[in-house]
Amino acid sequence: MTDALKLLIQPLGQTIVMILASTLLATMFGGALGILLFALSNDHFAGGRRGSLIAKHVADRVINMLRSFPYVILMVLVLPLSRLIVGTSLGTTASIVPLSIAAIPFLARIVESSLSEVDSGVIDAAISCAASKRRIVFAILIPEALPSLVSGLTLTMISLLGYSAMAGVIGGGGLGDLAIRYGYQRFRGDVMAVAVIAIIVLVELIQFAGTALANRIRSSR
Amino acid sequence: MRIDGISKAFGDHPVLHNISLSVPKGSIHGIIGKSGAGKTTLIRIAGLLEKPDSGSVWYEGIAAPVHLLRGRELLEARRKAGFVFQSFNLFASRSAAENVAFALEAAGWPRAKIRGRVAELLELVGLSDKADRPAMHLSGGEKQRVAIARALANHPAILFSDEATSALDPETTRSVLDLIRSLRQMLGLTVIMVTHQMEVVRRTCDTVSVIEDGNFVEEGLVAELFANPRSDAAKAFLKEDRND
Repeated sequence: MTDALKLLIQPLGQTIVMILASTLLATMFGGALGILLFALSNDHFAGGRRGSLIAKHVADRVINMLRSFPYVILMVLVLPLSRLIVGTSLGTTASIVPLSIAAIPFLARIVESSLSEVDSGVIDAAISCAASKRRIVFAILIPEALPSLVSGLTLTMISLLGYSAMAGVIGGGGLGDLAIRYGYQRFRGDVMAVAVIAIIVLVELIQFAGTALANRIRSSR
Repeated sequence: MRIDGISKAFGDHPVLHNISLSVPKGSIHGIIGKSGAGKTTLIRIAGLLEKPDSGSVWYEGIAAPVHLLRGRELLEARRKAGFVFQSFNLFASRSAAENVAFALEAAGWPRAKIRGRVAELLELVGLSDKADRPAMHLSGGEKQRVAIARALANHPAILFSDEATSALDPETTRSVLDLIRSLRQMLGLTVIMVTHQMEVVRRTCDTVSVIEDGNFVEEGLVAELFANPRSDAAKAFLKEDRND
């Protein structure tokens, strides 16, 4: 068992690195994309214009396409891109690229829907305060939607944890890889158990932290 | 504040037909109508929250019709107009003071000056002791007072009130209406109020327009309307008022 625990250390670190890095990238790019999607369909921002309708339509198609790819396929398809961006198509660093690409459209949709849920009356109030569009987004909409955004980010991280289990296919390591290679292929039931328990604990931790943070924000209001 | 020949339709459903209105500086004008009469659309157009299909909106001191302004000029025009809503529309992520501060932040006030101006505004509406309360922890009347303070932050010349007291109980309604009257006195505000309650008009307004199906069917001094209503709509509102 101590042997199994020892085997756990490196893959656990790899999984955590993959999730944190891809969450960070997804937050930056998916967040921006989500704001854009919201703006393209909200009348006060860019909504209602012909150009916006077309842009929204194109963005919707691309996002839906990316989201419908099975992750294993996506991972292989973006190998050339990984080589271009991080200089290698193998290993933990390389696996951050497909993970981020899978998470960006997912999070963009979550951000779009969280922002759309903000009461339109609140937007009216911000408009009548003579605030610029940028200020309305960053000083009002995002803070108003924050509990829902935190819940969405939690959901994204848990999905990423699931995807990261497939990183072994491109030599990315991680807990899923440990479970398959040692646990399944080498018949090490103890390693399999340790890896799966570690994944469960990570999910619980992420969910607990996310829920606690969202509740804390809600209760301060 | 003046609007000229405003028309508006949503899809092929016409809401306002060629409506004109001129409200002299410093007076309180009521627009009374049933729900669906077009009064909210009208005040939203006058308050620059919506665009008319045709017609124009003018504010005193601005040479161009304000509904055509864009960018920085539009923001400047919006600062001349405060808007309060039936559902208060406070920012839940902010305290009472921070709600008021938002209008100042948006106008580029330096942080140091914001604090003093917010305190001044909260005092004006009688809420100095609730400055740090989260907005959602305030009562309905308090929320509307914060909303009024927020609307007045940038020294507007006009205050638009869209059913501001409809969600409040009768006693709170009266205190908010009295506040609006005293603010008019103190600040020389022009006030445009949309309502479906004759009591609001009687208690607060100098002049009134009765709106029905997107048209003004009667206009004049409030005292005249009460003494001698001509339109059926006005008569119906007065009858309802007496029965209350």
